[in-house]
Amino acid sequence: MSDHTISITVNGKTEEHTIEPRLLLSDFLRHQLGLTGTHVGCEHGVCGACTVLFDGQPVRSCLMFAVQANGHEIMTVEGLAKSMGNLHPLQQAFWEAHGLQCGFCTPGILLTLLPFLAENPRPTEAEVREALSGNLCRCTGYQHIVDAALLAASRMEFGN
Amino acid sequence: MKPAPFEYIAPTSLAEALTAVRQHGSDASLLAGGQSLVPVMNFRLAQPAMLVDLNRIPELDYVRREGNGFIRIGSMTRQRTLERHPLIAQYTPLLHEALPYIAHPQIRNRGTIGGSLAHADPAAELPVILLALNGRVQLQKSGGARWVHGRDFYTDLFTTARAEDEILTEIELPPLPPRTGVAFTEVARRHGDYALSGVAAVVTVDERAVCTAARLVYLNAGDTPISATQAAALLVGEQADEEVLTAVAHATQQEITPTTDIHATADYKRHLAKVLTVRVLQQAFTRAVNE
Repeated sequence: MSDHTISITVNGKTEEHTIEPRLLLSDFLRHQLGLTGTHVGCEHGVCGACTVLFDGQPVRSCLMFAVQANGHEIMTVEGLAKSMGNLHPLQQAFWEAHGLQCGFCTPGILLTLLPFLAENPRPTEAEVREALSGNLCRCTGYQHIVDAALLAASRMEFGN
Repeated sequence: MKPAPFEYIAPTSLAEALTAVRQHGSDASLLAGGQSLVPVMNFRLAQPAMLVDLNRIPELDYVRREGNGFIRIGSMTRQRTLERHPLIAQYTPLLHEALPYIAHPQIRNRGTIGGSLAHADPAAELPVILLALNGRVQLQKSGGARWVHGRDFYTDLFTTARAEDEILTEIELPPLPPRTGVAFTEVARRHGDYALSGVAAVVTVDERAVCTAARLVYLNAGDTPISATQAAALLVGEQADEEVLTAVAHATQQEITPTTDIHATADYKRHLAKVLTVRVLQQAFTRAVNE
């Protein structure tokens, strides 16, 4: 089976890699690039843990092949904080509102909420719950995640 | 790695893609949004020898409205794009209403209208909408094209009239007649899950609010999207009174054939279909009268 060489921009950095076409984008990010913040849960598009931004829009990275990202821009959870100890306002809100327990689902949830809040800066609780419907969390019961999202939304400067 | 090995090509024009499917025939699978194909490849339930990726063909991504009111949608248009498209909101309100029921935003960002229609999942929303709106799909192959009505496109479970050397390229939705109301609803265990039952209604009335034409199409009610034509015919000549709608909802039971699965019994799905039928018909009648 023929390998393909792709050029891909991840968190602002463009790299070339030669890969098998069957390599999932999620596995490419984790194994080739070492960006293990993208979590892999169900690997068939149900749990949302592997959500990343593809050209700014949230997608399941387990339902795409890395070769399809050739020439495109990916953002993973590692791209959120500007530096160590300097959390993104969305991450800060999750910390303060106890929006995570084990943290496995958190990267996917952050990257689902980032474009959602950019488009809906003043969401209702119901809208936040609907936006989160594609991300499973088995610890929190979602209440603190919703609180964190609303807290982040209340700090309008977030995202800038 | 999860999927079995395959060869991959990503043509940048429709002509190139058509040549590829002609050459590779049944060895090739078409990759549209991948939101149904990639999961089954991850489970190795599908092991295509070749993937022809349609995602780099910009000529299949468009929404247009013609002078005669027909809406034309390129098959690789993302569901999320359609959800936000002003032409879809204004001229095909039924499609606009159904799109948010499809899975989650992350899925709709990748999923395409053509991919969902060609996948032919009887629990999916878009095939139901195609039939309810009396739409057609264009199937192209090297050196030819044909149009197939939605009602003739679905032949069996996950099976369509599309031949393996054909690509679904365009969806055509005719304009709705005046005084036509539409409605869609479904019931799912959780928002974004496959629905247990769902129905689309299209109702046209005259000046006296008497029905002159109606369509009722069901998801998860058989091996294909199910158009309850005999039940819908009972509406013609009638107004939206409760007795009539209840009688129609009962009549649909002769035409739908839901089956028991881990999510719900066939009886429960039948019950839902009845309740939802009355609900969408009330809404569609009201909208038709207010049109």
